[in-house]
Amino acid sequence: MQWDIVIGLEIHVQLATRTKIFSGSSTAYGAEPNTQANAVDLAMPGMLPVPNENAFRYAVMFSLATNAEIGRRSVFERKNYFYPDLPKGYQTTQLAEPIVGPGHIDIDLADGSSKRVRIHHAHLEEDAGKSLHEDYHGMSGIDLNRAGTPLVEVVTEPDMNSAEEAVAFAKKLHSLVTSLGICDGDMSQGSMRFDVNISLKPKGSDELGTRTETKNLNSFRFMEQAIHHEVERQMDILEDGGRIVQETRLYNGDRDESRSMRTKEEANDYRYFPCPDLLPVEIDDAFIEEARASLPELPDERKARFKDQYGLNDYDAGVLSGEAKLAAFFEETVQHGKDAKLAANWIQGEFSARLNAEEKSVADSPISGAQLGALVVRIADNTVSSAGAKKVFEALWTGENEDVDAIIDEKGLKQVSDTGALEAMVDEVLASMPEQVEQYQNEDNPKKRKKMLGGFMGPLMKASKGQGNPKLFNEILVRKLGG
Amino acid sequence: MHNKSVAELSRELESGNVSSVELAQQFLDRVKREDEKYNSFITVSEEQALAEAKAADEMRAAGKATPWTGVPFAHKDIFCTNGVRTTCGSKMLENFVPPYDATVTANFRAAGAVCLGKTNMDEFAMGSSSESSYYGATTNPWGLGAGDKRVPGGSSGGSAAAVAARLVPAATGTDTGGSIRQPAALCGITGLKPTYGRVSRYGMIAFASSLDQGGPMARTAEDAALMMNVMAGHDPKDSTCIDRAVPDYTATLNEPLKGLKIGLPKEYFSDQLSPAMEEQVRNAIREYEKLGATVKEVSLPNAKLAIAAYYVIAPAEASANLSRFDGVRYGYRCEDPKDLMDMYTRTRAEGFGSEVKRRILVGTYALSHGYYDAYYLQAQKVRRLIQQDFLNAFKDVDVLMSPVTPSPAFAQGEKTTDPVAMYLEDVFTIAINLAGIPAMSVPAGFVDGLPVGLQIIGDHFSEARLLNAAHQFQQVTDWHQREPK
Repeated sequence: MQWDIVIGLEIHVQLATRTKIFSGSSTAYGAEPNTQANAVDLAMPGMLPVPNENAFRYAVMFSLATNAEIGRRSVFERKNYFYPDLPKGYQTTQLAEPIVGPGHIDIDLADGSSKRVRIHHAHLEEDAGKSLHEDYHGMSGIDLNRAGTPLVEVVTEPDMNSAEEAVAFAKKLHSLVTSLGICDGDMSQGSMRFDVNISLKPKGSDELGTRTETKNLNSFRFMEQAIHHEVERQMDILEDGGRIVQETRLYNGDRDESRSMRTKEEANDYRYFPCPDLLPVEIDDAFIEEARASLPELPDERKARFKDQYGLNDYDAGVLSGEAKLAAFFEETVQHGKDAKLAANWIQGEFSARLNAEEKSVADSPISGAQLGALVVRIADNTVSSAGAKKVFEALWTGENEDVDAIIDEKGLKQVSDTGALEAMVDEVLASMPEQVEQYQNEDNPKKRKKMLGGFMGPLMKASKGQGNPKLFNEILVRKLGG
Repeated sequence: MHNKSVAELSRELESGNVSSVELAQQFLDRVKREDEKYNSFITVSEEQALAEAKAADEMRAAGKATPWTGVPFAHKDIFCTNGVRTTCGSKMLENFVPPYDATVTANFRAAGAVCLGKTNMDEFAMGSSSESSYYGATTNPWGLGAGDKRVPGGSSGGSAAAVAARLVPAATGTDTGGSIRQPAALCGITGLKPTYGRVSRYGMIAFASSLDQGGPMARTAEDAALMMNVMAGHDPKDSTCIDRAVPDYTATLNEPLKGLKIGLPKEYFSDQLSPAMEEQVRNAIREYEKLGATVKEVSLPNAKLAIAAYYVIAPAEASANLSRFDGVRYGYRCEDPKDLMDMYTRTRAEGFGSEVKRRILVGTYALSHGYYDAYYLQAQKVRRLIQQDFLNAFKDVDVLMSPVTPSPAFAQGEKTTDPVAMYLEDVFTIAINLAGIPAMSVPAGFVDGLPVGLQIIGDHFSEARLLNAAHQFQQVTDWHQREPK
């Protein structure tokens, strides 16, 4: 049987406010446990929440960037449940009247088409703390540094039909919130976490199947794996004539396994009700206009500009415009390096590979766009070969030297482009290889001739101590050997 | 000295007849000597009080004295006091010493007032008799030696008893459904529940957040005004606290009452009210007529729904507010829990008393899936109707007057096994909390040797007018000066 896959996402986006949503504690990541939890975060008796205006500003910016309705009046509610890392015994969140109403995000698919994914709503809420289950001799540790960190939870409509679409949406959302500067986007620190709702239905059917929710996926890769895993699991059950149980599941990415966390029957009754410690928040026109004025260039606008201004193709423009920091790095490189296509190739090639290998983000890059730009200039004007350029890049990356021209000089990477000198070398090498010259000249197949040409390059590069311009050598060879 | 009012003590201190330290010591000695009879204090903080008194004397010497500098008083044990344990009347917080002050506490501290200790109360402010305290019941100073001991009312019964017994001239209270006014009435003192949002709730342990309001308890309206001058005001730490200028509440105490329009809600003079009580209240209203006020009957048609609505809304909020008492971070934790669920259930079963547990259960039920619309939403609708009743009434009259309680102080143990009878104690006070408006209890006579309170209810932010009305009444009556024997 053929199945349609139906996917909806709930995405927790940690907002990059300096302080927490209801207290003045810092939200910085990585501090000693419980050093960023004050009396409000600890839910000490008599403590009261005071809303952080910036959290609302960021939520409004998100609304504007996703073409969403803005909740002019939003209400915090209490979601009641007991857990040791939830100090008040309830989470302060929004339910009936959220700050972000219906909106949408357009995603680009691999086949070049684009698809609109609707956002049902997004609401502001506080994050919980963390329970630490290691190293406490049969007890659990509680770290409340994260408790009260502001989150926007984005809830989509079930508009995605494959893991690829879901990942494309997640990446687009990541690109959007980092470009807006409302989230640092650092997945390794939990800045974005995904819950995936999945159901299957017979191909073409209008009726949605029973869904499951797989919670707390913290990377694009795990999300993709978890979706494939869950789709297969449901397909196996359905094709065996079984029924899907509505439940919440946990996925273990390291083992590619999932297990049931709780079924619908076991679900908590959260007893939501409006939080009497917080008044409804009214958003006025001035606040919205101020947020609108502070909106930076958004990824879609930037992509169009990259194609137009730098002549990039759709793919390159998409990759380089997606992340604000990468886009800025690209533009700095072009500013210093002139050749946009060459800059785009180097950033997507050597530069990205190196960042990935060292698990670094653009912000952690040891080289600047200006340095890479200087290198691009020297590649474009044939001062260095691409092999030489890689050596320069290496020296820049390791901090051996900061200046591109100094590295080229120091390492003797400057290409010899003096035609006279190169011709002399070619004459010398051809004279020392008469058999190969004869073979070449007797060969009719152009492909084979081209290959045989390569046989002369090794000795030529050796003769030039690696500094001969390969392109020029090639031209001279072809001319001297008679085409 | 112990019979003097805050205003009088302030003058004694200012004239140098007595030092803050001497005064604090005299009152502390009196508390230690007398409070065995009343159990009105949970904690007497002698050491801190004497240190505060010393600082008050230095403040005065430096020329920085306020009317409160060196004046002794007490806090209801619901206000967090930095360095002095704050129990809220519960075993749950038996050893809880807050590392912070409530805003109200900080305000009195800044004014140089000397806090002698923390007064007894119903556990988590849930009760109308101060019998549900983990630290034992408080006894009303009135009615001693005449049969059964009487309750002081609640939940601010410790503050009311301490003020009536002249252990302190004034004490703070909180009022969620009548917890300042009812004990003030039953102990023959003056109490004010301010407009919701007038006094910061920061550091005041929450019972029902949308109803809780701190306020003054003293013997005279003038002293209550002096307290309001310290307690009222905007606080950025409480989002529900209103940013509105605070008047000098003592400045208008002597305004004449000629032309004051008084409304008598007919629903509050029903057959729930004993004839003897009604006579005292009507006598008091005649005093107002003599002062030039006019009186007319008004109606609050939805007032009869107040208790039902309140006993949905208040427990619902409480059920969430009290979830933080889970044994994880502070407060009581059961011995040797075998797992997380065991820790939660035994900590809360052992740490909370029965009335608190009853309200958590009621509130949890009212918010449950499938019941929320029928109970919580319905109660909120009723609340709006009740607010509207009051707003309508204030189109015609300046203040409303009524009894505070249906009967005078009842005997200890009389209503402890009948929660509904206990809840009906607040039949005349609860609607005021639902409407968020201010109201006072003023001593207005006696029935069977026990005090009777007159309730004066005003529109939002009319505290100055209520205090003025109470003060003028106290200039022509002496009910507030009577001392229990």
